[in-house]
Amino acid sequence: MNTLRVGWLYFKVGVLNELQYRVNFFVQLLQSLIQVGTGLVMLSLVYSHTTELNGWKESELLSLLGVQILLGGFIHTFIQPNMELLMQDVQQGTLDYALTKPEDAQILVSVRQVRIWQVVEVISGLVLLIVGLNGVKSSIGAVDALAFAFALGIGGVLVYCFWLILTIGAFWVVRMEHVLELFEGIYQTGRWPVGVYPGWLRYSVTFLVPVAFAVTVPAQALTSRLHWPTLVLSVGFGVVLFAFTRWFWRFGLRHYSGASA
Amino acid sequence: MSSRAASLPEEGRLRSLVDFYSTQMRTSVVAQLQYRAANYFYMLGMVAEPVIYLVVWSTIAEQHGGAVNGITAGQFAAYYIVWTLVRNMNIVFGAPFWEWRIREGRLAGDLLRPLNILHYDLAYFAGWKFVVVGLWLPIAVGLSAVFHPDLHPSALEIVVFIIAIWGAYFVRSMFQATLGMLNFWTTRGAAVFDLYMATEMLLSGRLVPLALMPGWVQTLANFLPFKWTFGFPIESLVSNLSTRSLLLGLGAQVMWTVIGYVLFTFAWRAAIKRFSAVGA
Repeated sequence: MNTLRVGWLYFKVGVLNELQYRVNFFVQLLQSLIQVGTGLVMLSLVYSHTTELNGWKESELLSLLGVQILLGGFIHTFIQPNMELLMQDVQQGTLDYALTKPEDAQILVSVRQVRIWQVVEVISGLVLLIVGLNGVKSSIGAVDALAFAFALGIGGVLVYCFWLILTIGAFWVVRMEHVLELFEGIYQTGRWPVGVYPGWLRYSVTFLVPVAFAVTVPAQALTSRLHWPTLVLSVGFGVVLFAFTRWFWRFGLRHYSGASA
Repeated sequence: MSSRAASLPEEGRLRSLVDFYSTQMRTSVVAQLQYRAANYFYMLGMVAEPVIYLVVWSTIAEQHGGAVNGITAGQFAAYYIVWTLVRNMNIVFGAPFWEWRIREGRLAGDLLRPLNILHYDLAYFAGWKFVVVGLWLPIAVGLSAVFHPDLHPSALEIVVFIIAIWGAYFVRSMFQATLGMLNFWTTRGAAVFDLYMATEMLLSGRLVPLALMPGWVQTLANFLPFKWTFGFPIESLVSNLSTRSLLLGLGAQVMWTVIGYVLFTFAWRAAIKRFSAVGA
């Protein structure tokens, strides 16, 4: 309960802070349009040479692209700014200020910042998703929609865990800013159904880097490809990864000596 | 940019410039070698992009009897593996970094130094390339083992390729620097930089080999600088370009470097008049 209260408080302050910079909304809008435009060009190039990719039709892949951009927007709004701040704090020695507060440190470092204008990305992803789904023949039932929302939620948790595990690396390797590029690069694999990748890469982007669980599984729910065992596996994986992240955070902290110690 | 230091005689100036480049390049090699892990993170993130394109196009090629527009899976593999080297080569002091340079007050200090500001960035990044290429080799070997590229370059093609990746480096440096001048007028250049990157993505051969693009796009690409930083260097090694096309390509790179330099000089002169140092 206290966690939610702290999170909500930081969220409100973060939003107020961001609302001072309104022009950023338009900058973000333009950036999102460019991002969506490039994605659409690539899709149309691919489908000008084929009618289906690994069994996925163009409108289905459009929905997948929508999910990827939507979740990406969520990551850029809530997860990434906090992880960047954490890395910067470790580098500059200012993490001590967060650690000495009475609230649980993992919660604090996960909710301190929010980039509210990135929500534009969530909306543009949602638009793509809806347009894509309109082209999919089979209708979507309430169960599919629920499964989608649930899978997407799990996806968010998985990406959070993965990002935090990477960032905890900063306790040992101080210079970590390139991890951002590493994550962005790997996250792009989510634009295509995980089935197109060769085995070693498919397993990597499923279990090593949970992009497949985060993006492909929700999209499968909407395109009637989801088998229930996959969803159960995804929940189980989420629980295990979350517990591991918690342990790894504490382990990392024990190795962190602070700036002034 | 200019200082009141006594000017050197012409002969001495060239020698000191060569000296400056070799020192600056050695410095950046030593500096970057310390950050091998950071460099690898960066590279692995970057390699994801071509691997995705490669996998998508090989899948389509396999679905359609082995080739798309006459390009086989092995040729796609060659294209995108060479892509990774070319991409590494054309990482330059990018336009967004000019914002950092101004915001952090570094430019004020840089202005006191005697050489044209481009020299510092060109030399530093040129040195970094040697570290990057060294770190890239194992990645290239790994990718080749997995994707089996179809690559049989002639001696001439290899020579042209080695020159062309440096040509690409210069063309891209000039245009990124010119674009960076925008930061003197606005602090919100990000959308413009994104637009430039997206245009480059589509018209350079970075997203797909230009041969897969519609005819009018290919024609358009010939008259813009982008192709000479990605598509041309890659194709000089992987496609069987005629000797004439190879030489014309190198000529185009020289031409675009000069055009980019002229544009930069104009933009820089206008920009520096607007600049007031942080704290001044």
